[in-house]
Amino acid sequence: MIKRVFLIGNPNVGKSVVFSRLTGIQVISSNYPGTTIEITKGYLKADGERIEVLDLPGTYSLESSSKAEEVVSALLKDSPRDEFMIISIIDSTNLERNLYLTLQLIEDGYPVAVCLNMCDEATHHGITIDTRKLEELLGVPVVSVCAVTGVGIKLLIQRIQEAKEKPIRNISHEERWKDIGSIVESVQQLRHRHHTLRELLEDASVRPLSGLLMGIGIIYLAFKFVRFLGESIISRITDPIFLDVYQPVLERLSLFLGKEGQTGNFLYHLLIGDLINGAIDFKQSLGLLTTAPYIEFGMVLPYVIAFYFVLSILEDTGYLPRLAILLDNLLHRLGLHGYTIIPVLLGFGCNVPGIMATRILESRRERFIASTLISIGVPCVPLQAMIFAMLGGFGGFYVLGVYLVLFSLWLILGIILNRVMKGYSPELLIEIPPYRFPPLRTFWKKLLSRIKWFLIEAVPIVLLGVLIINILTFFNLFEIVSSLFSPVISGLFGLPKETAVALAIGFIRKDVAAGMLMPLGLTAKQLFISATLLAISFPCIATFAVLFKELGFKDLIKSTLIMVSVGLVVGTILNFGIMH
Amino acid sequence: MKKNISLIKMKERQKGRVTAILGGSGFANRMMSLGIYAGREITKLSHFALRGPVTIKVGRSVLALGHGMAAKITVEVE
Repeated sequence: MIKRVFLIGNPNVGKSVVFSRLTGIQVISSNYPGTTIEITKGYLKADGERIEVLDLPGTYSLESSSKAEEVVSALLKDSPRDEFMIISIIDSTNLERNLYLTLQLIEDGYPVAVCLNMCDEATHHGITIDTRKLEELLGVPVVSVCAVTGVGIKLLIQRIQEAKEKPIRNISHEERWKDIGSIVESVQQLRHRHHTLRELLEDASVRPLSGLLMGIGIIYLAFKFVRFLGESIISRITDPIFLDVYQPVLERLSLFLGKEGQTGNFLYHLLIGDLINGAIDFKQSLGLLTTAPYIEFGMVLPYVIAFYFVLSILEDTGYLPRLAILLDNLLHRLGLHGYTIIPVLLGFGCNVPGIMATRILESRRERFIASTLISIGVPCVPLQAMIFAMLGGFGGFYVLGVYLVLFSLWLILGIILNRVMKGYSPELLIEIPPYRFPPLRTFWKKLLSRIKWFLIEAVPIVLLGVLIINILTFFNLFEIVSSLFSPVISGLFGLPKETAVALAIGFIRKDVAAGMLMPLGLTAKQLFISATLLAISFPCIATFAVLFKELGFKDLIKSTLIMVSVGLVVGTILNFGIMH
Repeated sequence: MKKNISLIKMKERQKGRVTAILGGSGFANRMMSLGIYAGREITKLSHFALRGPVTIKVGRSVLALGHGMAAKITVEVE
């Protein structure tokens, strides 16, 4: 009896979409190779039986030439053969290349069923595959499926039990390709079509000059659109809710809790915070019910939504691997390769998934450099939203300044790390997917699950952070911290000593830390320096934990030391270097 | 006249037949699983300056490979 189903296939054939369809579990899927970096487990019901389903990282063959391939072949070797079957998922638009892995699986005698995914797209490309003939030639069940819409999934589930173990065959790789050639010849029919606009764009984006122009245009538009969408949500939705609906309720509560917040009223201090000019100020009061929800829902969440909206479009259309080719040369000089752009972009949302995604890089050396550079030079969306809100008022120049400093740090630090660290970094080798129109259903599901993930991760920690801050300020304990660090904070960075507290809170959450800067009345230069320092100096606790998990204790310490020393140097240089 | 050149020396949009994959067996195996092996026809799509990556078309897939990898692939062209 089959107890487990393994989903195996080349990268970017839609394994995760099939997995979501089979199990009902939403997992992130995108249009680039390597979205799945971990094995995801779920269950499906067939004939009343509960069967475990495993979504495996994409692999081109069963030889262990990459981490993903090692994972897959180890799993196959270690599992008892009579308990599992494999659904070999094939991208119907690229039958030939995909059959290589499928044939390997069949030759090795595993019980296999073939899922011809993206059948609608194949039709669109003028490709028809004779499923019955393919089934005959391969000797295993073949089901045509379109996972994005769900067509064929039921039939696939019904035929799982038909997959049977087979005798092992030994043939050479060249023979296998020859076999594939004749199989494709007899089952696939191509209808010739004229070149489409999409193909023209696909072509233009992998050429140096047109690719560069497209790249600059797309990144610029993406950035503009994130700002536009974020600002629109704030001014049209969240601000009206906070100011017109929530504030009157709070004012009443404030009256109920105590007259104008007498000093010494602990509960008042905790919930409402300080009154600014006799009224609640969402940006400065620093209470659990005032500033805490405002930072998260009124300042950060709109940008989180906007960012993931745009990122998901970039991911699903298949543009990102093209960006990787453009940046390969530059990143190579930093000991990385072009594909690092994927963890970096994810890191702009939140450093945690960004650092986890460095697993798509092959060597430990690359992963160390990429993780360190992401924690230093890639501010997460919550922090960026705060930087926009706070520094934007002084002029776009300051906001741009923060990004310029971070970008220069990437270059300088990357070049140094590449020189200093032992070993060398492997080269880029990726498949460029075709452009696709984002599948709407999975697009919205992905966006929703990312926002949900953000809320679950962020809200409790934000509340906890503000709670701790309030308790500490109430008992004047921050005095000690700020006095302790004042030689560095005031002496080197030219900031008021209270900034030390905000920077320390950065370890809990960067957006809350930035929020604590708001009541301090900093000058533009001071705000610029402290915002930059918040980005580079020290990772937040969640990032810290994932660095530990991905790099291990020793490299975590190394990475942290780099961050702290870079923070010290940059803070000092900015303070004494900028005249104002 | 046919001649053997490295993938790097190929011109953009030029077609050719792979004749050899230099370097270790690990590299050859990786190329093999991507469908790049002696006898296979490929089309070079583009080449990025300053030892940048090379993009090629193999069957229906488009692949990007680093300059060093491209240098190890020998192609027979007209």
